[in-house]
Amino acid sequence: MSREKEVLLSVKHLKKYFNVGRGSVLKAVDDVSFDIYKGETLGMVGESGCGKTTCGRVCIGLYGKTDGQVLYRGKDVHAITGKDRHAFKKDVQMVFQDPYGSLDPRMTVAEIIAEGLDIHHIAKTTHDRQERIYELLELVGLNREHANRFVHEFSGGQRQRIGIARALAVDPEFLVLDEPISALDVSIQAQVVNLLIDLQNRMGLTYLFVAHDLSMVKHISDRVAVLYLGSLVELTTSEELYSHPMHPYTQALLSAIPIPDPDVEQARDEGKIRLEGQVPSPIDPPPGCKFQGRCRYATERCRQEAPALREYGSGHFAACHRCAEEQG
Amino acid sequence: MQTEKNAAAALSAEDFKVVGFTQEEANRIERPTISYWQDAWRRLKKNPIAMASLAVLAVLIVLAVIGPVIRGYDYVTMNVPEKNQGASAQYWWGTDALGRDLFSRVWVGARVSILVALVATVLKLVIGVLYGAAMAHFGGWVDDIMMRIIEVLNSLPHLLLTILVMMILGNNMFALLVALSMTAWCATARQVRGMIKQLKESEYVYAAEVLGASPMRIILKHYVPNMLGILILNASTAIPGFIFTEAGLSFLGIGLTAPDISLGVLISQGQATMDFYPSQLFFPCAVLCVIVMAFNLLGDGLRDALDPRLRQ
Amino acid sequence: MNDVKNILEVKHLRVSFHTYAGEVKAVRDVSFSLQPGSALAIVGESGCGKSVTAKSVMGLVKKPQGEVKEGSEILYNGENILQYTPKQWQHYKGGECAIIFQDALAALNPTMRVGKQIMENLMGHKHMGRAEAQKEAVEMLRLVGIPEPEKRVRQYPHQFSGGMRQRVMIAIAFACDPKILICDEPTTALDVTIQGQILDIIKRLMKKNNTSVIMITHDLGVVANIAQEIAVMYSGIIVERGACRDVFYRPRHPYTWALLQSVPRLDLENKQVLASIPGTPPDLLNPPVGCPFSTRCQYCMPVCKNRMPENTDFGGGHSAACWLHHPMAPKVDMPDRKGDV
Repeated sequence: MSREKEVLLSVKHLKKYFNVGRGSVLKAVDDVSFDIYKGETLGMVGESGCGKTTCGRVCIGLYGKTDGQVLYRGKDVHAITGKDRHAFKKDVQMVFQDPYGSLDPRMTVAEIIAEGLDIHHIAKTTHDRQERIYELLELVGLNREHANRFVHEFSGGQRQRIGIARALAVDPEFLVLDEPISALDVSIQAQVVNLLIDLQNRMGLTYLFVAHDLSMVKHISDRVAVLYLGSLVELTTSEELYSHPMHPYTQALLSAIPIPDPDVEQARDEGKIRLEGQVPSPIDPPPGCKFQGRCRYATERCRQEAPALREYGSGHFAACHRCAEEQG
Repeated sequence: MQTEKNAAAALSAEDFKVVGFTQEEANRIERPTISYWQDAWRRLKKNPIAMASLAVLAVLIVLAVIGPVIRGYDYVTMNVPEKNQGASAQYWWGTDALGRDLFSRVWVGARVSILVALVATVLKLVIGVLYGAAMAHFGGWVDDIMMRIIEVLNSLPHLLLTILVMMILGNNMFALLVALSMTAWCATARQVRGMIKQLKESEYVYAAEVLGASPMRIILKHYVPNMLGILILNASTAIPGFIFTEAGLSFLGIGLTAPDISLGVLISQGQATMDFYPSQLFFPCAVLCVIVMAFNLLGDGLRDALDPRLRQ
Repeated sequence: MNDVKNILEVKHLRVSFHTYAGEVKAVRDVSFSLQPGSALAIVGESGCGKSVTAKSVMGLVKKPQGEVKEGSEILYNGENILQYTPKQWQHYKGGECAIIFQDALAALNPTMRVGKQIMENLMGHKHMGRAEAQKEAVEMLRLVGIPEPEKRVRQYPHQFSGGMRQRVMIAIAFACDPKILICDEPTTALDVTIQGQILDIIKRLMKKNNTSVIMITHDLGVVANIAQEIAVMYSGIIVERGACRDVFYRPRHPYTWALLQSVPRLDLENKQVLASIPGTPPDLLNPPVGCPFSTRCQYCMPVCKNRMPENTDFGGGHSAACWLHHPMAPKVDMPDRKGDV
């Protein structure tokens, strides 16, 4: 499949630290770099505390940054002002995680969806505005008559669709999806994911899909970035990630995901990589590789020196001393 | 089983033709639409005490408006020969020590008391909201300084402050309003600050920011509607408090004084002739108590009706 | 028919909640049984009634809003627990039957040290003395894999991470050797690497004490990992039940089939359209007269809308409630999925 290699979003050595008092620093995002190409879906996956949500919010300009750069079409997201900033907000939108908190409980569905239209003066007449609202509702698979209802009358999946409609109202080209399906039931997740894939095909959208469910992320993404405690540990295509995971954490993650097939699952149960211990805290992390506390291959070098992200053949990146050594 | 046979008999081939479903059906919402306010009103209606209080308040307010006119008596002209009379057909609630119609005077007093309380509440809310919003919006050292100011104000004894203000500004309506709302806005400011800080972190506010909403838009369209419930509750508890405080101050002679008329003034005057003509004390007191109690009970009902957590 | 006596039998369970809008029929005629040492997974989407079912078994349905209706029976070792006296309830709850929840932080007492919480359970049910209970608490923490249990037994819940708190809950639950453990979405809020650890602990303790487990979840991967039997719930009724492999490989209800098709699998191709079930479950305030799945089922027939389907038995404990299995219904190919038949 031919895809333009036009870079829409470029993240360079992004750092986002929070001061948590008494001189301690929470390193939510610690030197992360990646590019997102037009038309693709980059999945960002990792467990709690890995910084993926923070990363998404920094990229869209909701949070400030501590260091590094986020460039959208070449312009620094945190430096643009005025008309440029306004245009940026039309081009880049976000779908949030919590279907129960991301919609204003006092507004009707029509008001929620039309907020973007009103802010950017997209609809010229009231009739236009109403038509656009109906269009958007139908686009996401809801009924016209839902426009005058209130948010609390809808189920989680329907609310998430309203959130998607709200984001699409301003005709964006890039969507940051912050765990959009984590709070939904399994069969509803499929609905929303199918909708997202369909919209992408129809409207040529580019997605940054942040989630913790690797099965779903792999399914929807072209490429996947794996984060651990604020650092990018592996980045490659979905297929490659599944068939040839290089980083020990990725391997452990893939191994831990239960497969909904009793024979397969119970057969692999014996051979699963069982990570000892818990996820350490991102506050004041020790030097060296972030994964060394739980990695079964950890060496002294891993404890002293943080590995850099290296490329191992067309687009497969990993940050691991062992991988570097094995490649020679 | 009999029913089974019937069931089997009733089934035909028609019943088993696959028809599937429509998207319309699948997405339909059965319950009628209901907004937050409609829901709150419905809950309030179910509360008999609250509805009774509402009715009582409605009656009281009507009387406060038209009461003085009903009897047609000029309630200021002294009519000394008719003084200190008990209740009669002519003077429904009797006359006071200077021959004035007590019925009219009490309702004028009620009118004044309620008005004072309403204005003081509005002042308290407006100042409180603006101050609290500023604190929440700016944060940092601005927030710290503004908070310290509130703390200092709160640690000064209210009664002393009130007396000082009244002494400096005199025993008039303006001074009374200043004295009443002077420290009352602090609690509102704190509450508003807390609420806005919480609302700021809501994902829907983030969504509005991402859409490009200006701060003004966020305040008007997102913060205010979500705070309205709490502010109404705030008002409903503030009003009876102010009525009571005004009555107390005027009774002590620190608030309004004769020839101004308010419930407190009337109670003060009634107290002077308490031993001989208790009706002059009784009526203003009774009206005061009924107003305050009605507001309090209504406030309780409102709290239950507006509390989102009780929503089932 | 097996001759192993069922440790738990639920018969015609009906639970409703009385709300401002009317009566919500959360559970409508649910029957199932649980064998000793076996794990039953109750699967379904939110609002299907699985949590309420589990809570009824534990006696946690609060009156007066919640009502377990007349005609419901929950037989534990042959005794109907719905007719227990308060004293019997006290012995049963936490002693014979224990529960662990999804949100460990909310379920644990934040002001009490974890050791004390375990001890409370031990002293209340096993009537242990204080010193003995203390030692046992440390042992329980060790058993669930908490490092340095002697030190951690004196800590408070907030000092533990999410996965560790879940282990503490398991320790409290298993402290009294319960015969039944109810797990209400215990791993939903946990990271997938931690989830595996928790499931391992549950399986280990199951084997050790021959405890039966009722696992409430919507994660089919978890079900495949731990369950021997599955009950699929939809809108307050069980639409299909059977042995794990039967339900996974030979689903006989359109909902089960659609559910299995809608889960992405790591070993499947990228960006394939996932079979999704359009629409949402019906409002339980006014449950439909016929099959609740009729508004979303591609095989819906007029009879489905008018009458509740009967249970069809496929042998070996596998049954499904669907009109497609009526002799008068058209033949529909519900594909057998991978796995030895």
